[in-house]
Amino acid sequence: MRTTRIAAAAAAALGIMLATACTTDAPTEEADEATTEEASGDEWFVQADYDAQLAQRDVEPEGDPATPWLQAIEPEWVDTAAFAQEGGNATVCFSNASVSNPWRVTGWITMQQQVAVLQESGQIGEFRHSDAGDDDDQQISDIQAFVDSGDCDALIISPSTTATLTPAVEAACESGVPVIIFDRGVNTDCAVTFIHPIGGYAFGADAAEFLVDNLEPGSKVLALRILPGVDVLENRWAAAQEIFADSELEILGNEFTGGDAAEIKNIVTQYLQRGDVDGIWMDAGDGAVAAIEAFEDAGAPYPVMTGEDELSFMRKWQETGMTALAPVYSNFQWRTPVIAATMILAGEQVPSEWVLPQDPITEAERDQYLEVNADMPSLHYAKFGGEDLPGFPEAWQDR
Amino acid sequence: MTRVRELLLRATNPTATVFVLLVFVFAAVFVKNPGFFEGPSLMAFLKQAAPLVILAAGQYFVIVSGNFDLSVGALVGAQVVIAARLIDGEESRTFPVMAVMVLFGIAVGLVNGLITTALKVQSFITTLGMLLVLYGAIRLWTGGAPTGSLSESFRVLGRMGIENVPVLGQIPWALVVMVAVGAGSVLLMRTRFGRVLMAAGDNDRAAALSGARVDTARTLAFVLSGVSATIAGVLIGGFAGVSAQVGDGLEFTVITAVVLGGVVLGGGRGSVLAAMAGALVIEALFTLFNQFALPATLRPAVQGAIIIAAVAYAARRRTRPVPTATATPPTATASPTPS
Repeated sequence: MRTTRIAAAAAAALGIMLATACTTDAPTEEADEATTEEASGDEWFVQADYDAQLAQRDVEPEGDPATPWLQAIEPEWVDTAAFAQEGGNATVCFSNASVSNPWRVTGWITMQQQVAVLQESGQIGEFRHSDAGDDDDQQISDIQAFVDSGDCDALIISPSTTATLTPAVEAACESGVPVIIFDRGVNTDCAVTFIHPIGGYAFGADAAEFLVDNLEPGSKVLALRILPGVDVLENRWAAAQEIFADSELEILGNEFTGGDAAEIKNIVTQYLQRGDVDGIWMDAGDGAVAAIEAFEDAGAPYPVMTGEDELSFMRKWQETGMTALAPVYSNFQWRTPVIAATMILAGEQVPSEWVLPQDPITEAERDQYLEVNADMPSLHYAKFGGEDLPGFPEAWQDR
Repeated sequence: MTRVRELLLRATNPTATVFVLLVFVFAAVFVKNPGFFEGPSLMAFLKQAAPLVILAAGQYFVIVSGNFDLSVGALVGAQVVIAARLIDGEESRTFPVMAVMVLFGIAVGLVNGLITTALKVQSFITTLGMLLVLYGAIRLWTGGAPTGSLSESFRVLGRMGIENVPVLGQIPWALVVMVAVGAGSVLLMRTRFGRVLMAAGDNDRAAALSGARVDTARTLAFVLSGVSATIAGVLIGGFAGVSAQVGDGLEFTVITAVVLGGVVLGGGRGSVLAAMAGALVIEALFTLFNQFALPATLRPAVQGAIIIAAVAYAARRRTRPVPTATATPPTATASPTPS
């Protein structure tokens, strides 16, 4: 009887562990509420946003193409004279959601290098940052601590989730500090500027259109996705579904992989056992190489494929000569917020919604990007936009 | 009539049940996709299942001696990341780094074992702590994302095999390693060490009083689990390369597999072969899910249900006396004999 009870207790404990582990280990946290039901594309599809993003792809951004992190698409400039400060040496504070994936790690290094330049020039004095480790509650208290300290001349926030962080951001705005939001948004426009690339719909549509253009009608496409319930990822898939629905491609399935290479390879191998796969659509490039290897190991011809501008994928693409595209979720956006902070503190105008360009890397541009990043690790992103910073390349190599 | 009942009894014995389950799941896979049992596709399945089967063998030693090892998933992840960072694409470093990995696996097992036995910390807590320590330390060391890359020769074991075999196509090295680990484990459980391990899980005081070195055996079980995680790490890293998510959640999958194999949590009962078969059932089940196009997000829920159902089933078997017990020889019920 004793052992029975121990066994039952162990099983219960395991159940709890299982539940918690799945939430803490996930690369992005905000999926929790949505994972229980299979999220349909419709829930994540807003026609107006979709149309706007697709249109923004064709708009010529204002600014110098050599510095895409300073370009803006259709900006509405706002006056920031109220925030102007004399003398430079500003204290800039940054509340980061996390550095829990290679994309964020790359961007965080870029931001630090940009800060170093601005500190050298005397525009920024102290740069404080906090890392919430994908925990909403932690980030709310991080933001609160920055506001309460009263030391921050400008506050940069990369929110971990949209709805939960909104009240904390509003409280920060009310304190009178200029607030800069980037990457994911919040449900308030109280921030001075919201910086982001065009968005998830454009990413998903770029990829889907490439497959439609490069595959014969009737070809079979497999969609590999990271996890459900994350807005930027769901938007990518929702856009792809729109494009695929109007095409003659057959979608074999859409599978969640958690970005785990072994899982991706298993899934692709199983699909290949059941029949031909002509194209692969991915909502993010993590583990793309494992998908390609599954074709190699099965002796199947390479698919037409879309990954991301992660170097491991781009190098494999070059090596195999396959037909592919690297859609981009512009990593260089991590430079913009600190520059925006100095602009605001100097009383210069900034766009209220700062939409950065987001151009996929095509085969024609591929080799050039790989050459520039030749010494970079494989989980680095080609469009990180830090080639002209003094720390290049060592800062990004040694992470 | 007695004969039929005896057969039925054997089939419902938790250890034997897993093999019945395996047949059922394979049958379902076959109905859905007859092509699955063609040589190359079956070999691909075994190649992909091998790491979990090996982990199940390692976990079996720990569970049968009355403990848990929750740190294996994090250890597999750590090993792959360490390998990528230290090898960094240099072929010549492959074997020295593999040696480092084995030492690291042994060290982690030893620490788990000593904390559990010498400091009397419950293994659930010890290994949960180790999971978090490894998880955090690796992220600290790599700055959040793995760097470096594995060499081609490192990847041979997990990715390649003996080519051009008639009918089968390719016999994966992973399968060879899996069979070797399985055979080694079965033999090990027949030695004195195996019997001490089993006795320690069944009743550690009785085992200690009869002169068995219970703590040594339990510590060694953790070391074996660490080594199995190292081998699994080599195979998984070889199979698919490095990613930040390698090994995530494997500890739960492997405990599910072992429990499904009829190994009793708390120790003292179950066979290593059944534990490994449990791992195959889990992998086959996930293949089946894929074939029915069920979302992968359903898996944790199914794993949880399996753990609870399997433990409840095993507990029911042992607490309620079988009405026909007098008519059948006692060997028909769950026997503590190792196999």
